[in-house]
Amino acid sequence: MDILNYAFMQRALLAAVLVGVTAPAVGIYLVQRRQALMGDGIGHVAMTGVGLGFLLSASPVWMAMAVSVLGTVVMELIRWYGKTRGDIALAMLFYGGMAAGVMFTNLAPGGSNANLMSYLFGSLSTVSPADVTAICCLAAFVLLITVGLRRQLFAVSQDEEFARVTGLPVRALNLLTAITAAVTVTVAMRVVGLLLVSALMVVPVAAAQQLTRSFAATFAVAVAIGVSVTIGGTVTSYYQDVPPGATIVLLTIGAFIALTVLATPLARRRARALAARQPAGDPAECVIPAGREPDSKVGV
Amino acid sequence: MIPTEDLVSEPVVSLRGARAELGSRPVLRGIDLTVDHGEVVALLGANGSGKSTAIRTVIGQVPLTGGEIRLFGTPRRDFRDWARVGYVPQRTTAAGGVPATVTEIVSSGRLSRARFGVLRKADREAVRRALELVGMADHAKDSVNALSGGQHQRVLIARALAAEPELLIMDEPMAGVDLASQEVLARTLRDQVASGTTVLLVLHELGPLEPLIDRAVVLRDGCVTHDGPPPQALGQHALPGHDHVHPHAAHDAEPIRTGLLS
Repeated sequence: MDILNYAFMQRALLAAVLVGVTAPAVGIYLVQRRQALMGDGIGHVAMTGVGLGFLLSASPVWMAMAVSVLGTVVMELIRWYGKTRGDIALAMLFYGGMAAGVMFTNLAPGGSNANLMSYLFGSLSTVSPADVTAICCLAAFVLLITVGLRRQLFAVSQDEEFARVTGLPVRALNLLTAITAAVTVTVAMRVVGLLLVSALMVVPVAAAQQLTRSFAATFAVAVAIGVSVTIGGTVTSYYQDVPPGATIVLLTIGAFIALTVLATPLARRRARALAARQPAGDPAECVIPAGREPDSKVGV
Repeated sequence: MIPTEDLVSEPVVSLRGARAELGSRPVLRGIDLTVDHGEVVALLGANGSGKSTAIRTVIGQVPLTGGEIRLFGTPRRDFRDWARVGYVPQRTTAAGGVPATVTEIVSSGRLSRARFGVLRKADREAVRRALELVGMADHAKDSVNALSGGQHQRVLIARALAAEPELLIMDEPMAGVDLASQEVLARTLRDQVASGTTVLLVLHELGPLEPLIDRAVVLRDGCVTHDGPPPQALGQHALPGHDHVHPHAAHDAEPIRTGLLS
């Protein structure tokens, strides 16, 4: 275990674990509300923050967070008010964010887009002690929201209209989800990079779904997959000298494929068990019960 | 108009001159609708008549552009007591983007009674009772993805019942529901009504719920054209494809394109 003898690897592993926990914890709500690509959009917007950090000689991590939180608030506002062409507005936000990031980085004193690379694709070996402190604080915030408010976030992500009638502050919760996603993107930026962060939010959830039937189990399995692949990817990148972000994402997709293959017989067994539990009066075959006229229910 | 506060029993739902627009198209053009305590009122009308919009203004999903709505005597804008209201939105599925069990979905209906979203033993009991009411107790741990269309609807109704509401608002609860589930739902609703629940529901056709309906309100082009007992003829005429022309709407020359209840 010589890997743990290096301070930079200790920091890298800690950051990796925190990302492995937080990214799927937020991602599950995005997947649930069918906004799986939102993380990708936030990643694009965060590039402007990184560029601004270079330009203003401020911390790129905190600038990225400020800008991506602002960006997600704008995205939520577009969702509320811009009923038409919302996708176009979002596209402009995404690509505008990316272009501004490249531009600011170039304008920064002595700046070149090479500086941007470690933020785009992650660079564990450059995670500084200050980064680790920031990542720890942000991860604590993300977990507090995603676990503490899980029932409320579940209700809003499942059925927004119904949630409103239960008296939940739907808009505030939507905004909170978006801000938490933005914070998570910033947390994950140093580990997997802005362009790959969305994969870690979505793919572990998709992989977990192959096995699970409940939301709670999906949450737990997704986080377990997230932690496994981030640790696995980090260790692999140390020994094999491969980029950590790409390794982590490829491992996640590998986990998805493996679980999908494993789950096929499981799903069949469950379907059979369910069919066996159907009451006897509910035949699986096509039988027209006496007294019921199938034609009477045909619509116009 | 007598101030409703002075009456012993205020209407549970009251719309006065309610107007609403979708986009810039007027969908409700001044609707009056009152639902009294313990009543079962059906909103009927063709597609685009405004019946779903009327319900969605009551729950606050669609803003009013004129008139007013009161829930339990309180202007809707100030109404906070949402645990008294159970809502069944128009859905073909209860599933979201992530697997969830029947219990998980129905539990979210209990949030209006749970403080800070913490479900206690009594709350879990209420969820279990709601599942029993719709005959889904033995599916409690199943994923909703494994259910039939009728079972999805039963889950959505159980979710509304989990808060033990005094007012049940339902948007086409029978749409896409198989006959067996329709009978279960009619029985569930009968029990609820017998225990004093007030019901406001949008229906395509009266169907198996017909004996429960106290009053039918028929909308057409955003106006109320009938408010009274469900006409006897409506039962037979409610068959899909039957172009029902209501006496109250007869002077209006424009033909009903899709049939009143299609």
